[in-house]
Formats: sequence, structure tokens, C-alpha cells
Amino acid sequence: MLYRENGQFKSTYASDQQMLPILQDRVLMAALLAFAFLVVPAVTSEYVFLSLLIPFLILTLAAIGLNLLVGYCGQISIGHAAFMAVGAYAAYNLVLRVPQLNFLVVLVLAGLIAALAGALFGIPSLRIKGLYLAVATLAAQFFMDWLFARVKWFTNYAHSGSVSTAPIQLFGWTVESPAEKYLFLLSLLVVFTLLAKNLVRGHIGREWMAMRDMDVAAEVIGIRPVYAKLTAFAVSAFYCGVAGALWGFVYLGSWEPLAFNLSLSLNLLFMIIIGGMGSLLGSFFGAAFIVALPILLDQVPLWLGVPIPTATASHLASMIFGALIVFFLIVEPLGLARLWAIGKEKLRLWPFPH
Amino acid sequence: MQGAAGSEAGAPPMSEGARRVGEVILAVEGVSLSFGGVKALTNVSFDVREHEVRAIIGPNGAGKSSMLNVINGVYHPQQGKIRYLGREFRDMDSHEVAQSGIARTFQSLALFKGMTVLDNIMAGRNLKMRTNMLLQALRIGPALREELEHREAVERIIDFLEIQAYRKVPVGRLPYGLQKRVDLARALAMEPRMLLLDEPMAGMNMEEKQDMCRFILDVNDQFGTTIVLIEHDMGVVMDISDRVVVLDYGKKIGDGTPGEIRANQAVIDAYLGVSH
Amino acid sequence: MSKHWPVVALGVALLVGLALPLATGAAPPGFYIEVLLGGLMSGVLYSLVALGFALIFKASGVFNFAQGAMVLFAALSVARIAEHVPLWLAIVLATVIMTALAWVIERFVLRPLVNQEGVALLMATLGVTYFLDGFGQTVWGSDIYKIDLGIAKEPVLILDKVFQGGILVNKEDFVAAAVAAGLVAGLTLFFQKTATGRALRAVADDHQAAQSIGIPLNRIWVIIWSVAGFVALVAGVIWGSQLGVQFSLSQVALKALPVVILGGFTSIAGAIVGGLIIGVGEKMAEVFLGPVLVKAFDLAGGGIENWFAYVLALLFLLVRPEGLFGEKHIDRV
Repeated sequence: MLYRENGQFKSTYASDQQMLPILQDRVLMAALLAFAFLVVPAVTSEYVFLSLLIPFLILTLAAIGLNLLVGYCGQISIGHAAFMAVGAYAAYNLVLRVPQLNFLVVLVLAGLIAALAGALFGIPSLRIKGLYLAVATLAAQFFMDWLFARVKWFTNYAHSGSVSTAPIQLFGWTVESPAEKYLFLLSLLVVFTLLAKNLVRGHIGREWMAMRDMDVAAEVIGIRPVYAKLTAFAVSAFYCGVAGALWGFVYLGSWEPLAFNLSLSLNLLFMIIIGGMGSLLGSFFGAAFIVALPILLDQVPLWLGVPIPTATASHLASMIFGALIVFFLIVEPLGLARLWAIGKEKLRLWPFPH
Repeated sequence: MQGAAGSEAGAPPMSEGARRVGEVILAVEGVSLSFGGVKALTNVSFDVREHEVRAIIGPNGAGKSSMLNVINGVYHPQQGKIRYLGREFRDMDSHEVAQSGIARTFQSLALFKGMTVLDNIMAGRNLKMRTNMLLQALRIGPALREELEHREAVERIIDFLEIQAYRKVPVGRLPYGLQKRVDLARALAMEPRMLLLDEPMAGMNMEEKQDMCRFILDVNDQFGTTIVLIEHDMGVVMDISDRVVVLDYGKKIGDGTPGEIRANQAVIDAYLGVSH
Repeated sequence: MSKHWPVVALGVALLVGLALPLATGAAPPGFYIEVLLGGLMSGVLYSLVALGFALIFKASGVFNFAQGAMVLFAALSVARIAEHVPLWLAIVLATVIMTALAWVIERFVLRPLVNQEGVALLMATLGVTYFLDGFGQTVWGSDIYKIDLGIAKEPVLILDKVFQGGILVNKEDFVAAAVAAGLVAGLTLFFQKTATGRALRAVADDHQAAQSIGIPLNRIWVIIWSVAGFVALVAGVIWGSQLGVQFSLSQVALKALPVVILGGFTSIAGAIVGGLIIGVGEKMAEVFLGPVLVKAFDLAGGGIENWFAYVLALLFLLVRPEGLFGEKHIDRV
């Protein structure tokens, strides 16, 4: 009744192809953005910023990156945290050795370096796919783990192998307080999501999806597989590189090479499985889910008055995680995003049953 | 007008209502293809003239789809070559073949199930879309213009094939006959010089077949596209083709006009299953 | 010949790398043989884990990421149960547990997902991994546990007349190798000679054809996962007795992935050969190549072992994706 397209006719292709063709969607998005930018910083506690919102924003960016590769282009990667590491260390070294660079420039450069690494490690995808490719991406993961732990130049010959960063300085503004970090990250995420949406709507997005759905047919209509796959790897690594730099600089502050290990890669994969592969919205859902779950598992027993030792809680988290992955794969392989879409469909019909 | 089986004449006789058939644009020369121990094609040679409708017929398993796959670059023959527009190739990748103007539909539909009808057809325009990724990400200027231009071209094809109502439907949800039309639309979106159709009317009822025939003839008439088509329905073949090639067990056993083929004893024997 | 040059080149490079430390005199022969034996031994362990992978992939086309977690779970079960009952009984009980686990996995994970493509199943086994890790540690605890096979642990010095300083070998390693050989022989007999084995091979070849001649797919899958579970148990017991049963066991088992890539996903012989190659290659790289790299690039320590197997697998994937013994894939359009 409320959520209807009645009367919203499009008379140009441009208006037909816009991102949010339905008026109600545009209103909702505007309200959401207003809420996120204006209301949240005023009312949220530091704890929620630091443990929920900030990691959520950064991981969403990384999840979008991985989703572009896995969900839109159909190439699997279970070592994508390696590219986050590349971005983080690239940013660290740039800030260290070229301190006069604007941090936004640093981010873009770190992303580009990560993109290069992504294209390089994406080369196997030209010859192998599926499970075999998954193992090849593991090579990327473990090699990067080793590279940043052993080649001392990357960590500036730090004794312990860890690096620390100072708070970001941007146009004279120091991004220090949790609320400031939140706003900075939110702005970046909005911009990057927009760019991703445009890519996905453009012809490169169709190339990726064609490769995913049927690569033989894609070739037959003139799509070059090398270009499609390597660009998917590169763009995906770019996003993860930027996310990695932000993860290190804004969220962690200081980190060791193991901060970007296999665990993180698998988490990213789970985010897009649960959230929805091939859906940008799904990346948001998935990241929110993965970030919130451990906290919920921590807090719920306390609320129920049944405290559980942290070790057991983390084991329980593993179990619930694993069970949920299987559950989603069985019940709704297209993830939370699909459930959301179904909900919207039902809303269009409401109050009619069908 | 006897037309001996397997003979290859220079200028073929025209069928009634002769269209403006031109020079030879595709020549298949001595192509042999095998998979493991199975010989799919043995020393097949024939040519295709511009603007004509060339049918490839033969009993099941004769190697017809394999022949299209070879022309298309999906399979690379062990022997022989393909000559297209003066260029000789045997090893070209299918995307290069596509870029030189050959489009194709598949017998078992090869649509992109995760996308809508519109996106599927737009994908066919991809080889004409050249703006770089940064511009696409920003969706300004040349990138936006390109999207809208090609949208217009695609809409013309959608009108032509009468599938306007299904633009935004995910292709997986469409009935088979409509999916086949989307497959054709996607191939047409490439603005090909030559169109390879693999059993475009399989699984269709009488009405759908008539529609599809009409579309194919319209494409040939209006756009001048050369058509190479595999088809089982003899009525259709006899009606719309200029010339016919007959394959059986991977070998060519007939080549000529529909009239010649109809009278060819070897062809009749092949279809009736008489050993020869 | 010209088509196979990348594989041959890779093989030659590996052999050269293998011979180099001996040829340049960088290592005394006795020490070299020790490292070689050490590599072979860890190779045997990798092979055992890879064997489980290959079995499951052969019979159900599923890539069981959870094999490592199964090894750990089995080892934990044996270790903890053996605290109360004799070892042999613990092994029997653990086998029962692994069979039950196989049944649960087939019923609740495999069967609902049977129509989805391989990648979905891979991710499902990832989910199973997480679940098993958490479950195992919740039920059995997360300390380091011991498995005592009753074999003397001190290394023995042999051949000290032939090589200067002699060679240190571990009796346990030989037992492990013998057990692995016995397991492979037993499995081969099982597959070739018994009716169930034949049924398993039929299923591996073609699911639908096997079903159409009346082979119950579900039961076959339970059987194969149980066998793989038993293999995991053997691997877990041997490995656990050497290294202690701890969480890192399931991580190290990830190494078995490169093994099946080298050997071919569907080949039992491949799992063995691949495991030995990876084991030896890794050890050699760590001991001999490592110091060279550290000096050349001023690295902070070795750790080549962590990625050598994967990079080797990657190279193999590029030149011979079906592995040494696997079957080539023909895609028909």
C-alpha cells in the first residue's frame, strides 16, 4: 500500500536506469543517510563505535571488494585478507617514507598497489577455476603472511615485527575520537559503495556477471576472459587494500602480520555468503552479522544471568558460525539480501496476501 | 540440376525469390575434429556466401553443433582451416571470432541466468563498449552517454523481437520460447555479419516456429546478416534456406539447393537409416 | 613431448634443487639423509590426511575442507577416551564416533546440498570445519593432550660406520610409515575386491548411473565419509603421538590441500606420492633454501615451510591442473 510504484513512470532511459528508481526507496535512503551522519554520532556510546560501528564500516568495504570478485565475477578466493595486508603495509610505508602525502592519496595509492598484487595473484584464474583456484588463493594468503613477517623492510626493521601508526591527519583535522573516525569511515564507505554500484551497473559489471553465469557463452559474445577476470581481481583487491589500510590505521592503530591471516579471509568469505553473494547490500548485511555475532554471544549469556568463560564462548561462536554457514547455504544460498528482497516484494503487495 | 552428393560447384543456382546473395565470406576447408577417440568431423568442406541463408542438416550426432563450434572458435580442429573474410584461422579464441563479426546462439540456451533480459542483451553490446573503468565508476560523460546509446540500440532489438514486456524479468523465469528469443536478441545485439543459429526452433510449437522463422528472415532481409542455421524441421529448411549442407557421421554427404538435396539419394538413405 | 615441457621443466627444477645441497657439499651426507627422512616422514602424515580428501572427492565430488578438523577431532577423542580405558578400546570407540559423525554430516549437510555446485559444498565443509573445531574443543577441552602408543621416543643412531656422525632416526616414524602403507594396502584391497568397494568406485565414476543400477547413494556416502573418518583417525593418532594433540593440528592439515593438487584429486596413489613430494620439498626448502634466502634478503628468520607447499601447488596448477595421477577434465559444450 505504501510501497508501490504506481504513477512513477519513466520517460527517459536515464531515469529508468537510475540506482533507486522507486521514490519510496529514495526517500528511505535519504532518511538513512541523514540518520547515519547526523543522529548516530550524537547518541552513540564510545563502546558501540569502537567495537561495532567502526569495524563494521571497514569490513563492509572489504566485503564489497570480495563480493565483486566472488559474487559478481564468480571467481573464488579464500585468501583475500592478503590484499588487505598489502594495502595496510603499503599505506604504512607511504606515510612513513613520503610523509607529505595527503592521506586520501595514500589510501588510493595503497589500493592501487593492492590492485596490482590482486591482478598478479589472479593470473591462475585464467587457467583454473572452482576448488583449484581456491587453493591457489591460499598460496597468496600464506605467501603474504610470510612476506610481511620476514622481509624486514616492510615493518621498518621493527624488532617485534609490529608496526604502529599515528592518528590520521586530513586537511588539518585529526581523526582521533571514535565519532570522528566513524564519520570519516562512513563518508569513505558511501563514496566507495557508489563507485562499486556504478561499476556493477556498467558494462564491466555485465562482463563479470557473464563470466560468472556461463564463461563459454560470455566468450562467444566477445567478452575477453583475461580482461574480465583480471579486472575483477584488481578492483576487488583495490577495495580490500583500502579497507586493509583503514583497518590498520583507524581501527587497530598497531598490528602484526598475523592481523591479516587466514581467519580474516574466511570471515570475509562468510560475510558474503551469509549476507548475499552478488549483492552490494548483502555485503553490508554480512559484515554487520559477522561483527555483531561474537558480541551477542558474549552479552546474551550475561543478560540471561548465565556467565560463560570466554574460551567456551569463543568455541560456541565457532560452532554457531559453522552451523549458520551450512544453514544459509541450504536454506537461502543467496543470503540475507535475498530475504530482504523477498520482504520488499511482500511489502509491495501488502496488505494483500498475493 | 542433378547436384551430385559431395560435389562442390563454383556458382550455386539461386532458389526462388533469390536474395542479393554475394561473394563467399566463409570457407570451411578440410576440417577434421576429434575428441579422444571419437571423430566428430571428418574432412568437411563447404562455403557460405554473404547474405545467404545456409542450412546444415543431418541426423542426430552428425556433427552439426561441432561444426558450428569450430567456426565459432569454441573447438579447435585438429586438421583443416576456416577462412573468413580473407583471414585464415584454426586456433582463434571464441572472443576473437566474436569480435570479427560472427555471433551465435546455442542449442541448449546459454543465457546468463543471474541477469535480467535487458542485461543479457546489453551484454551482447559489450564488445562495442569501450569506456575505461574509472569513467564507468563515476558514471559521467562518455560512460553515461555510451550506456544510454547502447540501451537505445538494445531497445530497438527488443522491439524487433517483441519482448518488451519482459525486459526486467530475470531470464531464468521466462518460458523456453521466450528464452530462445532472448538468446537471439543477444546475438543480434552484437550487430554480427554472420549469425550461427543452433536449432533455433527446437522445442517450439507451430506458432512459435512461425514467429522465429519470420524473425530470422527479417534479420536476413533487413540487416543483410548471413545466416548459418542448424535445423531439424525439414519444412523450415526447405522453405527458408538458399543452400543446404548435409552431414552424416561427421562427413559431408550433400551440398546444394534445397531442391537438389531433396532429390539426393545419399541424403534420403542417411535419414532413413539405410546403411551406406 | 613439446606439450609437456612445463611439467618436465618443473620436475627438473625440483630434482636439481633436491640434489644441490648434496652436490655443493653444503650439507654432510648424514645430515642430508636425516633431513630427507624427516621430510619423508612428515610427507607420510600429509599423505594420510590427503588420503581422506581423495577418498571423499573420489566418491562424492566434494572437496572436504573439514578433513583437518576431522583429524583433530578424532585425535582428541582418542586422547581423552584413552585417559579412562586402554588405548585399543579408545581407538574402537573413536571409530564409532567418527562413523556417527559421518552419518550426521551426510544427513544434514550433504543431502540438502546435493544439487548445488562444488563451490557451495566447499563452503559448507568450511562451515563444518568451524563447527567441529568449536565442538571438539567444547566437548574434549582445548589443552594439549598426549597419545601414548607405547613406542620408545628416543631417536636411535644408525649407520654411524657408513656416514660420519651417523643418522638419527625415530622408531615412531617407521611405525607411522608402516601403518600408512598398511592402510593404503587395506584400502586398495577394499576397493578392488569387495562389493562395497566396487559400489564406491561406481559412484565415483558417475552418480546418476550408479543410482540407476540401484546403488543407494546416501548409504555410500555415509560409508565413504566413515572410511575417511577412520583414515583421519589413524592420521590423528600418529600425528598426535608425535606432536601432541592440539588445535594447531587442524591448521597443519590444511597442508594436505597442496598434496591432493600435486597428486590429483581422485587418486589414492597420488595422495601418497604427492604427500611425500611435499613433505620432502618443504623440509629441504626450509633447511637448505631458507638460510640462503635469509642471507640474501636479510630476512627475519625462515618460515619457508609455511608457503612452499602452496606455491609448489600453484605452479603445478598452472602446468598440470589434473595433478600427477588425476583425470583430465573434458568440458563439452
